[in-house]
Amino acid sequence: MSRKPFYLAIIFVSLILIQVLVLNNIRFLGYVNPYIYIAFIFVYPYKTNRFPIISLAFLLGLLVDMFADSGGIHAMATALIAYLRPSFFRTFFQKTEVDYEFFQMNQESFGKIFNFVASLTIIHHFVVFLLVNFSFSNLLSVLINTILSAIFSLILYFLGNFILTRKQQ
Amino acid sequence: MQQLIYFIQKYKYFLFFLLLQIIGFTLTINNHSYHRSKFISSANAITGGVYEKKSNLRNYLNLKDENQILIEENLALKNKLSKLEYFLDSVYAKTVIDTNSFNQQFKFIDGKISKNEFHKPYNYLTINRGLKHGVEKEMAVINNKGIIGITDAASNSYSRVRSILNRNSKVNARLKSSPYFGSLSWDGKDYNIVQLHDIPREAKINLGDTIMTGGNSTIFPKGILIGTVIDKTNGINIKLFNDMSNLENVYIIKNFHQKEIKALENVNNE
Repeated sequence: MSRKPFYLAIIFVSLILIQVLVLNNIRFLGYVNPYIYIAFIFVYPYKTNRFPIISLAFLLGLLVDMFADSGGIHAMATALIAYLRPSFFRTFFQKTEVDYEFFQMNQESFGKIFNFVASLTIIHHFVVFLLVNFSFSNLLSVLINTILSAIFSLILYFLGNFILTRKQQ
Repeated sequence: MQQLIYFIQKYKYFLFFLLLQIIGFTLTINNHSYHRSKFISSANAITGGVYEKKSNLRNYLNLKDENQILIEENLALKNKLSKLEYFLDSVYAKTVIDTNSFNQQFKFIDGKISKNEFHKPYNYLTINRGLKHGVEKEMAVINNKGIIGITDAASNSYSRVRSILNRNSKVNARLKSSPYFGSLSWDGKDYNIVQLHDIPREAKINLGDTIMTGGNSTIFPKGILIGTVIDKTNGINIKLFNDMSNLENVYIIKNFHQKEIKALENVNNE
């Protein structure tokens, strides 16, 4: 049990490094940029006290911002999905706070997990691209960017999840 | 009072979330304004160090191409030098002023790009030169092909460069063939194409004309190449000589007369 924070710290740092050194350079088709670091929000344990997750999410976003020179864009978007996480949890998994203790992501059906992860990812990407654009003038390109990048992020997330969880068994 | 505490108790997560959003938004706005010191930027010690490691690896892999570029540049410089030597031998010998020992206006500092980006509406670069190498805010960054940007934040050993591919960037530019000048900015669409605005109607612009920096600002010296005109039907579109997606070695230009010129211009304004 005491090893859990250690694992989370490793995930935190490695997600930032992967995001900054590899994924921020992809730019597939010119503008598509997957953001995989938000996986931290999905794997962080579900607890009644929500202060740690919101602050950690903000810090995570802020670190990505530092590398990407984007002010506080990622920090805002990541804190937003961390704040929204419990209500989406309730909607998609139909569970309450009582179930937090025994909840395990890989015991749920893929459909539920996908809906949960996909909706949070799309919200995050939309906020990021809207703020990067910094005006309402190019809304179409914001939407295209959001959808294409979200598809890539989701593929990467589920691939990574699949590979890593198989290894542990 | 009881009500207030109850309110805070009930909405504590939302209030905390709101506070963080306000901080984030302030940082975002700050990032868009010009003359602010920025601590959330890729020019600080941690982020700069990580990018330095990465670019070291990439530099090694690109050695061949970079050598080719350096050879080309050497060739151009040697040609210029031989021209000068020719002048020195002839009657001009007495009038040559050695600009290296006194009266020097511009100083070139070499550097390498450790982070490059070009796909956002507001792009920034990081270079591995900072205050201890003599790089400060508002200095021009160029390479052998043309302009790249202007430094906008400097830490001890790294600086951040506002790329020409940034909707906030404005650079004074003129035609090579005639002294009409305008200002150069970017519409955020294609990373090879920038736009020239505010050029007088009298200026005759043809497709293929070369655009260079105008020397009206204190940052860029006159005559740094920018690009060629490729379209003038809807605005004047200029294709950059530089491939902004593939940059490595840069020069940072320090203008020794910047303070003097600025002080003079401020006096005139009052």
